Amino acid sequence: MRLDVDPIKCEAHGLCAELLPERITLDEWGYPIIDPAPIPASLQDLARRTVNACPTLALKLRALESRPLDGVQTRSRRVVSGRDGGEAAPGRRARSTR
Amino acid sequence: MSLPRVLLGAGPETMDFAVHRRVHGDPPTAGRAAGAAARLHAELTRAGLRGRGGGAFPLAAKLAAAQRAKRRPVVVVNATEGEPLSVKDRMLLESLPHLVLDGALCLADALDTGEVIIAIDECFGDATASMRRALLERPDLGGHTAQAKIVNVPSGYVTGQETAIVNFINSGIPRPVTQPPRLTERGIAKRPTLMSNAETLAHVALIARHGAEWFREMGREDEPGSALVTLSGGVRAPGVFEIEYGSRLGSVIEAAGGLTEPVRAFLFGGYAGSWVGGEAARSARLSRAGLAPLRASLGAGIIVALPESACPVAEVARVAAWMADESAHQCGPCVNGLGSIADVLIDVCEGRGGRDAFGDIRRWSELVTGRGACAHPDGTARFVTSALSTFATEFDDHARHGLCEACERRPVLIVPRRRVAVRS
Amino acid sequence: MTVGPSVYWYLTRASGAVALVLLTVSVVIGIAAVARLRGPQMPRFVVDGIHRTASLLAVAFLLVHIVTAVLDAFAPITLINAVIPFTGAYRPLWLGLGAVAFDLLLAVTATSLLRRRLGHGAWRGIHWLAYASWPVAVLHGFGTGSDVHQTWLLAINVACIAAVLAAVTVRVAIGWPANVRMRIGALGVTAAFALGLVAWLPGGPLGKGWARRAGTPANLLRPARGGRT
Repeated sequence: MRLDVDPIKCEAHGLCAELLPERITLDEWGYPIIDPAPIPASLQDLARRTVNACPTLALKLRALESRPLDGVQTRSRRVVSGRDGGEAAPGRRARSTR
Repeated sequence: MSLPRVLLGAGPETMDFAVHRRVHGDPPTAGRAAGAAARLHAELTRAGLRGRGGGAFPLAAKLAAAQRAKRRPVVVVNATEGEPLSVKDRMLLESLPHLVLDGALCLADALDTGEVIIAIDECFGDATASMRRALLERPDLGGHTAQAKIVNVPSGYVTGQETAIVNFINSGIPRPVTQPPRLTERGIAKRPTLMSNAETLAHVALIARHGAEWFREMGREDEPGSALVTLSGGVRAPGVFEIEYGSRLGSVIEAAGGLTEPVRAFLFGGYAGSWVGGEAARSARLSRAGLAPLRASLGAGIIVALPESACPVAEVARVAAWMADESAHQCGPCVNGLGSIADVLIDVCEGRGGRDAFGDIRRWSELVTGRGACAHPDGTARFVTSALSTFATEFDDHARHGLCEACERRPVLIVPRRRVAVRS
Repeated sequence: MTVGPSVYWYLTRASGAVALVLLTVSVVIGIAAVARLRGPQMPRFVVDGIHRTASLLAVAFLLVHIVTAVLDAFAPITLINAVIPFTGAYRPLWLGLGAVAFDLLLAVTATSLLRRRLGHGAWRGIHWLAYASWPVAVLHGFGTGSDVHQTWLLAINVACIAAVLAAVTVRVAIGWPANVRMRIGALGVTAAFALGLVAWLPGGPLGKGWARRAGTPANLLRPARGGRT
């Protein structure tokens, strides 16, 4: 199983990163960065709970084989630069998507 | 074994149906004959035709997916051309509408469907009028039992994305949606949808007439055939040219009358593409394999020659700001990331950039890639980061000293002011 | 026949009060959640968890409230009265409001438990009914409750109303919803509700003869002997 987020539904509530920090960190605007590594059995219950907790049902658990052919949407990505959660760059206010 | 192929007989006037039939022969009417669909699929597979709208997806695979579907599919011609630097699709509709129609009808027959939709940017008045006239010239659509209708889609960079067009037709909202399900499974009115770029369909029309072997006589083994490119910037006669994959950049520049002044760099692929320095591009070959070592690709067939006299920093900052505005504003990383990148680029251009400006821009570029519902943020990130590498000196200068004289010149990279804003 | 209030009568009043408090907690969180307040001791998933748990507990206490009211022999309340509004013999209007609130909460709870299957859009539409359930429950409490004169229950009601008023103010203050008219409208409606209660209560449930006016069957009324009924 792997986690995927629907970026259109996501509204940066941030519950997912609180519940599953092993796989989810928040970028400087509060949106989730999902580690694409598969979810081991030990984390599956927690992953299900996290999916259930998302207020907009943006987070989904997918079977490992299912991958969109074009690879464009619902891609998850590991950010190597190391910045997680935390303050925004000075002067950059997070913008609303509404 | 020579060019032009798609552009054969193209001139300033629209090719009406009579002229079209004289130049290209009668439209292929294998139609609904038994086995015709399988034959077309086989030809397209052998031809190796890939989409010409930037995605380069193998058309035969799309056709097969739509053929597997249980419900009757819809064929859509994508002539929305949201990339301002590309005019080839518009040109095809204005000059060669029947070639595009032939291709669409071939696919409609292969899918045994009666429905063809031609999606055109609402601002392309001439293209729409031309296609309307072309449809009237073929009231029975030449023996096909399909019905074609034109849908005008609001202008916008992302409104021409496949799912955005489908979303617009379904619900009136011209914004991308997440897949799955893929369009070939469920698209317009929940039916399987085969959407193809207008130029791709022109090639289908020719392959249906002359066969896959003929198609493969040009181009490369891994990238067969010809393609249309829009060449603009510092050349004498900018416009649409048909090239053979693998040909030299130099030859299309010659065809455009040569450079008007020394070139600083080339932009390949449009505002979602990447930059290559003038020297490095000198011997570039126009193909995936040829441009990959330069970290570039043709995209929807776009080449811009940025002259020495232009200011790359101002151009890039302006385009980045426009791309940020053109976001569908649905996904947090895109809205925030592109906005931040644009803000800092403008700051740098005017000499106000902070110490970490370039580091920030690179970090944000990585942060937005792959995290939107469509590839819009990825494209802008690529455009900006390649600019930072290609124009490192110029960006440094601006960060230190602010605006230069070239900043005030007439822009090379045009950003249209949209008649209708695409926003939530 | 009855020598005094039965244990069911106590239970139904107590569980009703507790249900109202729990519902208020849930509604307050729902209203103010848009502020996205979080702290190291109070992560959002905990706040969200309290919202869900308080709602479920409120429904649980509501069920006790209903069952004990039905079982109690004093007032002729049947199970049907609890679900189908305004059908009772006992204070039909005010009891009926309770049935309305219960029905709304049933819809909200059912859709929330099935949220994954319904999808976010459908769930959200029904969830708005929760806003209606709270004032209806408050009115039901004032109209039906026989403890309405008691200071402790009055205090609970006042606290609940104040909490909701405060939550609405917080939400409007941070600019939600975006439309100014809607914000003023929301604040106005809530304030009007609170002020309306203040105007109504002294002459209504807190006034003389309320039990009779509210529709208590005549055989249950205590004979008026100069005191309050």
